[in-house]
Amino acid sequence: MTQLALVIDLNVCVGCHACVTSCKQWNTSGAAGPLFDDRPYGENPTGTFFNRVQTYEIGQFPNTETLHFPKSCLHCEDPPCVPVCPTGASYKRAEDGIVLVDYDKCIGCKYCSWACPYGAREFDEQQKVMKKCTLCVDRIYDETLPEAERKPACVLACPTSARLFGDVHDSESEVSVAIRENGGYPLMPEWGTKPSNHYLPRRKTRHKIHKDELLRVDNPLKKEDIRHEIRDNVSLDDWLM
Amino acid sequence: MHPTFSVIFLTTLIGVGQGLFLALFTEQSYASVNLLPGQPGAFYVTGSLIALAFLLGGLVAAIGHLGKPSYMVTRAWRGITQWRTSWLSRELILLPLVMFLIFLYLLFHYLGWEANPFGTTGVSGQLTLILGGITTVMVFALFICTAMIYASVRFLQEWACALTVSNYILLGGASGFTLATAYAAWAAPELVGFYAGWAIIITVLGLLSRGLHLIRNARLKGKSTLQSAIGVRHNRIEQKAMGMMGGSYNTREYFHGKSAAFLKSIKWIFLLLLFPLPLLLLWAGMDGNKGMLLLAFIMQYVGLLFERWFFFAQANHPQNLYYQTI
Ligand code: SF4
Ligand code: SF4
Repeated sequence: MTQLALVIDLNVCVGCHACVTSCKQWNTSGAAGPLFDDRPYGENPTGTFFNRVQTYEIGQFPNTETLHFPKSCLHCEDPPCVPVCPTGASYKRAEDGIVLVDYDKCIGCKYCSWACPYGAREFDEQQKVMKKCTLCVDRIYDETLPEAERKPACVLACPTSARLFGDVHDSESEVSVAIRENGGYPLMPEWGTKPSNHYLPRRKTRHKIHKDELLRVDNPLKKEDIRHEIRDNVSLDDWLM
Repeated sequence: MHPTFSVIFLTTLIGVGQGLFLALFTEQSYASVNLLPGQPGAFYVTGSLIALAFLLGGLVAAIGHLGKPSYMVTRAWRGITQWRTSWLSRELILLPLVMFLIFLYLLFHYLGWEANPFGTTGVSGQLTLILGGITTVMVFALFICTAMIYASVRFLQEWACALTVSNYILLGGASGFTLATAYAAWAAPELVGFYAGWAIIITVLGLLSRGLHLIRNARLKGKSTLQSAIGVRHNRIEQKAMGMMGGSYNTREYFHGKSAAFLKSIKWIFLLLLFPLPLLLLWAGMDGNKGMLLLAFIMQYVGLLFERWFFFAQANHPQNLYYQTI
């Protein structure tokens, strides 16, 4: 079975919102119609987005760290948003695990958005249907595009390659290896939704250096010391020379 | 959650309609074994009409909850397809079914169809009794479906408990029996005592159930935390930006946008309007005081509107963890 998903590396995300704008651009231009924008140049602009980047501050000054956190539908393996839909408009594709809304069947009752603990669904106030991330289903299979571009718009746009895309059920795929080797984790595991998207944590590379590693034991310069005087920290090498 | 008036009216209006039907049928079944004076068909016909009117009002309110009213014609029929998994779909099937059954019940009484398929057992009106029995089962099923729409969303911990179901049944039943009491004051004064008694009992049971629910929710601890929401293990995490400045669906749909004090005052208003005041009026109107009984129903219904508003507002969705600061 295939389960397409994103892996988002919080260690390298710089919070530039390139994934947000590229997502909006691609998905507002497709056959499914625009993603509504209300008062885009007004005082309180609002609209429908599939993807948002949030920012959190962890810790207390001076020990703080900034975390940029992109959030979109996690294409849960056990999506609670799907069985609640009365019309069957919300569904999970068997072939690749993408969770989608059929905009032609949705009656806009919003029940699915209540049943998503992550707030990943946004109602379109113009089309009056529920919308959410499609993993760019209209581009990843598009054979008129060069193969390298058959990826979600957000993945292509990310300047730091913080977003990986692939099949999380294939253990050797780039995403599975990243999750396995870099500590990928799901959001809100307590609800048993089994999100397919994973996040890679902020990682610090720390080196422990011991004192004797700073002092080179067989330092050739020490040979010179022998001619003058014998010191107490003479090593075996000194005598062998 | 943000309380929407379409759902508040939908759930309260159909609750009254269902409760009123139960009240009518209770009377008929009591009368069939001669525990109560039998009533002419007109009593059930007018009563069923009133119940149908409330259910119809609920249906109209439900249209307001659709994305577009036109979806009612073009798409709502799809709502019956997912009954295997969706409580909302089950409600969408049962609501029209219950209305149809009540209509049949009304029709049979109106036409005076008195067939007795079980022969002369001394119980008369067997046909309407059977029909009423089936309808009663469906009315309870509808109560359960309506409540389970909320109780089945496990993230909304305030809702996800059996008390949600008992509340819907008891509060709907109480309002229906109170209305039946007022109706009886006009149509069959000898029944006022019977109905008022039941209305009082069900209202007290409702108070018990709703009170327990309030106590339970007051002690509730959220399962999700900001830590599990973003997966960072630190006691001190503060949101600095939610990704937009002018608000979004996520900031509108899941917050009631009122102060804690406002919420608390709504709670006391509904507790007062829903339970003690109607109880007092029912008790005082036992002798058939029409105005008193009508007032009891109106008060209880308004209390029910406040109760439903509070029910929605109190639920704290885990997605709110992601939307703390602009
Ligand atoms: S993240 Fe939300 S909308 Fe997406 S599949 Fe999971 S529950 Fe459904
Ligand atoms: S809003 Fe649309 S997709 Fe969501 S539950 Fe209702 S009908 Fe289904």
